[in-house]
Amino acid sequence: MMKAGSNVSRARRRRKETLTGLLFVAPALVGFLVFYLLPTLRAIQISLTDWNLMRAPKFVGFANYTKLLGDENFWHSAWVTFAYVLYNIPIQTALGLLLAVLSDRLARAVSLRAVIIAPYLISNVVAALVWLMMLDPILGLVNGFLEIVGIGRQGFLASPDQAMVSVAAISTWRHTGLTALLFYAGLQAIPRHLYEAARLEGAGEWTMFHRITLPLLRPVLAFVLVTSLIGSFQVFDVIAVATAGGPSNSTRVILWYIYENAFKFNKMGYASAISVVLFVTLILVTLLQMRLLKADQSDLT
Amino acid sequence: MKRHLIGAIAATTALTSLSPLPASAEDVTLTYTMWDGNQAPVYRQCADKFEAANPGIKIKISQDAWDNYWTTLTTSFVSGTAPDVFVNHLSRFPEFLTNGVMVDLSERIAADQVDMNAYLPGLAEVWNKDGQQWGMPKDWDTIALVYNKKMIADAGIKEEDLKNLDWNPKDGGSLEKLLAHLTLDQNGKRGDEPGFDKSKVAVYGWATDRTDGYGQTQWSFLAVSNGFKPIDKAWGTQYGYDSPALAETLTWQRDLALKKGFALSQEQTGKLNATAIFAAGKAAIVPDGSWNIGTYRDASKMEIGFAPVPKGPEGRRSMFNGLADSIWSGSQHQDEAWKWVKYLSGSECQTIVGKAGVVFPARPEGVTAAEEAHKAKNLDVSAFVMLATPETTFPFPISDYASEISTVLTTAVENVLLDKGDPATLLKDANDQVNGMF
Repeated sequence: MMKAGSNVSRARRRRKETLTGLLFVAPALVGFLVFYLLPTLRAIQISLTDWNLMRAPKFVGFANYTKLLGDENFWHSAWVTFAYVLYNIPIQTALGLLLAVLSDRLARAVSLRAVIIAPYLISNVVAALVWLMMLDPILGLVNGFLEIVGIGRQGFLASPDQAMVSVAAISTWRHTGLTALLFYAGLQAIPRHLYEAARLEGAGEWTMFHRITLPLLRPVLAFVLVTSLIGSFQVFDVIAVATAGGPSNSTRVILWYIYENAFKFNKMGYASAISVVLFVTLILVTLLQMRLLKADQSDLT
Repeated sequence: MKRHLIGAIAATTALTSLSPLPASAEDVTLTYTMWDGNQAPVYRQCADKFEAANPGIKIKISQDAWDNYWTTLTTSFVSGTAPDVFVNHLSRFPEFLTNGVMVDLSERIAADQVDMNAYLPGLAEVWNKDGQQWGMPKDWDTIALVYNKKMIADAGIKEEDLKNLDWNPKDGGSLEKLLAHLTLDQNGKRGDEPGFDKSKVAVYGWATDRTDGYGQTQWSFLAVSNGFKPIDKAWGTQYGYDSPALAETLTWQRDLALKKGFALSQEQTGKLNATAIFAAGKAAIVPDGSWNIGTYRDASKMEIGFAPVPKGPEGRRSMFNGLADSIWSGSQHQDEAWKWVKYLSGSECQTIVGKAGVVFPARPEGVTAAEEAHKAKNLDVSAFVMLATPETTFPFPISDYASEISTVLTTAVENVLLDKGDPATLLKDANDQVNGMF
C-alpha cells in the first residue's frame, strides 16, 4: 500500500516536472517550430515545384535538383562560397585565438576586451556600407592613404580579383572580436594550477600553449569552428550591400544565387532546391566536424 | 490562466467589433506605390487635389527604393496585399502581363473617351499590347551629358561646342578629343599634352556608373548611334548583343579608360554612383538620365550644364524609357483606382508634377512646366527634351526573362570593360545564352 502510494505520488511529481520543463522550453520550442522547422519543411515542398510566386505552383518532382547538377552558375557559386570560407575561417580563428591568449596572459583589462568586441556590435549592413565607402577606388579613405604611401590605388570591392578577399576581410574584421571573446571565456575554465605545475617543470609559453591550452580549449574551438563555418557558408548581407554578387560574378556566393533566383528571377522552386542542398550539406559538414573535433568530450579529466 | 487569457482576447475582440464604426466608413482608401523618393511629396500634391474633387476616396502614397520595390511588389501580389495602383517599368511589363497581375484599361479608356494622343509620341504605345492598354503614361526619361561648367571654361572650351560633338568607334571623333583635353593628371598636364601620366589622373574627362546589361546611361547611346540594335523588336525573342557595332563601342570605351586614361575604368568605379565622383570634382563629364537632374543640381556645389549625347555614325540616339501607372488586378476598388490613374495621367496632375521639376511628365504641357521650373533655377534642360522624338530615341528592350537576361548581359559587358577577353567572343557567348532562354 505504502509503496504503491509513494510510487503514484512520485509518478505524479515527475509528470508535473515534465510539464514545468515543457513550459520553460515552450517559447524556444514555438520559435523553433514556427521560424525554423515549418519554413524548412515548406522549402522542401516548394523545391519540388515550379513556382514564380504569382501563379499556382506546378509539381515537377526532382526536376529542380537534376537541373542543379548541370547548372554551372550553381557550381560557380559553390566554389566562390568555398573560397570565401577558406579566406575567412583560418585567419579569423587564428587571430581570435591569438587575441584571446594575449589578453588572458598579458592584459586582462575589461576595456581591452570591450575594444576587441566593438566591431561585432555594428550590424553587418552598416559595416559593409562603411567599408564600401572607405574602400571606394576613387573617393575612399583607404585608397587615399595607399596613394600617399606609394602603393597606389586598388580596386578592392570593384575589382574581380580583390572583391572576395575584401569581403572576407570585412567579415573577419567584424567577427574576430566575438571569436576572441569566446576563446577568452574558454580559457577561464582551464585550471591555473596546470600552468603553475608546468612552469615548475620548466615549460615555456609555447609548450604550455601547445600542451595545455589548446587541448583543453577543444570544446570551445569546436563550437567556434562549427558556428563560424555555418555562418561563413551563409554569407549574404555584406555581399548584398557591397558587391551584389559582382564584379564579373566574383562574389556570387550561394546565398546570393538563391536570392537572385527567388526574388529577381522569381524561380521559387529552384531557389528552394538550392537552399535544401545547402541545408543538407551544412548538416553533413557539421556532423563531420563534430566527429573530427570530438566536440562532446573534454580533456579535463 | 489560459482560459482567462482566451476570455480576455474574446472580450477585446467583442469590444472592438461593438465599437461604433468610424464616420467615414464608406471611404475607399487607395494605395499608390512608387520607387522614387523624390517624387512622393509631389504626388501628394496631386492626391490632395484629387481627394478634394472626389470625396470618399483617400489616397495613401507609399515608396520603396528600386532594389526592394519589385520584390515587395511581387510578394504582395501573392499575399493579396498589393497596392491598388503602382508605378510600372517596361522591364517588368512582360512578366506582369503573363501572370495577369495588371488590369486592361482599354475598355475604360474607350468608355471615358480619354485621348491617348495627348502624350509625347510613343509613350502610350509601349504600354499597349495587341490593342490592350496596361498602363497610363506617367513620365519619361532620356540621356544627356552632364558637365562641370568651370572645368569646361578652364580648358578653354566654349559651351556651344559641346552641343555639336560627334563620335565614332575608330578615333572617338570630337568627343574623344574633348575628353582628352579635359583629363588632368596630378602634375596639371592635360590628356592631349606630351608627358601626360595616365597612371596618376586627378580629373577624368569621362565617368559613368558601373555598367549593367543595358548600359542605359553608360554606353547604349553610343552603341545605338553606331548601328547597334539591342533587340529585334518590342516583345522580341532575338537579342543583338553579338553585333560588331556593340563590340566596337565597348572596345572603344574600354581603351578610353585602360589604354588612354581619359575615363574612369570599370575597376575604378565603385558602387558609389558617378554622381558622387562628379560632385567630388573627379570627373568633367558624366552621361546620365533626366531623372537625376535634381540630384546633380543638389549634390554638387559647382555649376553644371547639360549637353546632348554626341552624334554617332548613324545620328544622335538616346534610350527613351516611358513609365506608366498600372492597376493591380486584385484590387477591390478598381473603379476608384481608374479614377485616380486617369487623374494621374491627366493634364492637371502632370502639370503639377512638371512644375516640381523632378521628372518629365508624359504630356507636353507637363514637359513645358518642367522646363520652366528648371529655367527658374538657371538650368537649361533642353538637351534632354530635344531628344524625346521617335527619330532620336530607341526604346528600352522589352522581352520576357528581363531580370535573368540583365544578369547575363551585365557580366558579359563587365568582362569586356575589365579586359577579361575578346569583346566579340564574350558578347556572342552571352547573346547565345540569352537567346537560348526563349
